[in-house]
Amino acid sequence: MLGFVARRLLYLVPVLVAVSLLTFLMASLLPGDLAYVILGDQATPEKVEALRHDMGLDQPVWWRYASWLGHVLQGDFGRSFRTGQTVLQAVTERLPVSIELMLLAEIIGLAIGVPLAIACAVRSGSAFDRFMTGSAFGMLSVPTFLSAILLIYLFAVELRWLPATGYVPFGEDPVANLRFMVLPALTLALAEWPGIMRVLRSDMIATLQEDYIALAKAKGLKASRILFVHALKPSSLTLVTITGINIGRLIGGALIVETIFALPGIGRLLVGSIYTRDLVILQGVVLLVAAGFVIMNFIVDLLYAALDPRIRHGHA
Amino acid sequence: MATLELSIGGEIPVTSARRKRRLGPLFWAAICWMVLVFAAAILANLLPLPSPTDMDMLERRAPASWAHWLGTDGLGRDELARLIYGARISLIVGLCAPIIGITIGGTLGMLAGYFRGRFESIVVGSMDVLLAFPPLILVLAVTAYLGQSVLYLTCIIGVLGVPAFMRVARAATLTLVRREFVIAAQALGATHTRILLRELLPNVFLPLLAFFLLLVAVTIVVEGALSFLGLGVPPPISSWGSMIGEGRESLEVAPRLAFMPATVMFLTVLSFNLVGDALRTLTDPRQGAL
Repeated sequence: MLGFVARRLLYLVPVLVAVSLLTFLMASLLPGDLAYVILGDQATPEKVEALRHDMGLDQPVWWRYASWLGHVLQGDFGRSFRTGQTVLQAVTERLPVSIELMLLAEIIGLAIGVPLAIACAVRSGSAFDRFMTGSAFGMLSVPTFLSAILLIYLFAVELRWLPATGYVPFGEDPVANLRFMVLPALTLALAEWPGIMRVLRSDMIATLQEDYIALAKAKGLKASRILFVHALKPSSLTLVTITGINIGRLIGGALIVETIFALPGIGRLLVGSIYTRDLVILQGVVLLVAAGFVIMNFIVDLLYAALDPRIRHGHA
Repeated sequence: MATLELSIGGEIPVTSARRKRRLGPLFWAAICWMVLVFAAAILANLLPLPSPTDMDMLERRAPASWAHWLGTDGLGRDELARLIYGARISLIVGLCAPIIGITIGGTLGMLAGYFRGRFESIVVGSMDVLLAFPPLILVLAVTAYLGQSVLYLTCIIGVLGVPAFMRVARAATLTLVRREFVIAAQALGATHTRILLRELLPNVFLPLLAFFLLLVAVTIVVEGALSFLGLGVPPPISSWGSMIGEGRESLEVAPRLAFMPATVMFLTVLSFNLVGDALRTLTDPRQGAL
């Protein structure tokens, strides 16, 4: 296991370096450069030149990358030239919102997906199973922003049960916080459960045909115990895999959902920095999100290896 | 890239009884809808439609009438015309981006699966870097730097599809290379080019095509999401995503302005998913899997 961790860690470093390089080079796609964006349309060439010199933009690219990376490694991701806030401050302030949103979404997604998968697997081929499999397939074609609109219309405009936009920190008022969080989390969960259900269902159908399930039945164990303990346990591996695969989509979905529901999370920070052309924030957030994503995938890989010995020994 | 990962993850073959080889009525309904949308998008200029950008401030959010079959939007623009011109954008981006992906990714994947060795490691490694970014974040960041245009949007989404196509092509090539007909061709002294183009390509093409259709659906969703956020195609070009975004503003007074483009978009995405899925089942589900 230790060798496996070391191998994966060695692989992690070049990927992270490449990610930082790509994030840095993206800024060079900018027509004109950062100095123009900061100074605006009325800038005189002399002012632009002076600012470029101050910011080191007249240095060669590799030098700028090296010095930028040096700052980043010391935890200095730069400072917004609009609000004066550092990238790290802005991100740490908003991170709890995004994490709460994604966790809630995953919990709701599992709460819908797992029982449905079990119910379908038990009666595979029945009308219920066919209906649910069909619905899951249909749900895969509903983009996040469509379900968001639908839920807002239903629960905020028509029924007036829940607020459409807004946010209160959990520490201030947990109930109000959850009221603001329900619709965004449900929106994300609606995109999550079909994948969870589809994969877990086919997994369970295979598991239920195993001999040890027949043995458990012969022993006279309760059906619920067989299903939730004996049959679900080997599928935990599958659930980890799905969660790992889902992270990327979940981050993208959270970005859209946060913007629609006006939640002050990382996604909204990123979209907002694009609207206001706050490119320092944009670059810092993209780098942090990508690095976080790489590290999360790394953790999922480790978890996966810990659950399944075949992976850390053989070629998976 | 909303459903891209799902279609990979959900790719575990089910019991053989479910592997239907027939194409049901749903499949044909999907084909009909796709033909309808394509025809409307191609013939948009010839159809007797009002201009999709002409505003009529006296006729704002007008209900359906003879002049405006589906009514007008918040700026008095004809809803039907905007839907049809929006189909153009969705289909242009939705088809061109995966074409970029299938060309580059398919080629790289076949070469990597055929030649193996260091080339394969480099290709797979560089694709891993591209996959290290959450897809939507990367698209957003690049469009923010480059500026909004249909061309840039198509290219970025296209490049993002490369890793997925590469994997599909490589996986298919890896299994095919060991088959008798390839070994026979090698024994007969066929060149690498000939083996790749005449023996492997026809067999790799079908799984790639099925995956292509699924990626069209994903691309339409991504373009829609970006335009919905106001970061996709620049106004006044109408796109389904931006129409839904504008319709959101008037959800209380005229929900149909959001729901009409939403329905059209859902049906289109569903059609591509249905046809892609049916094709994949037809061409042996295991080949499309990773």
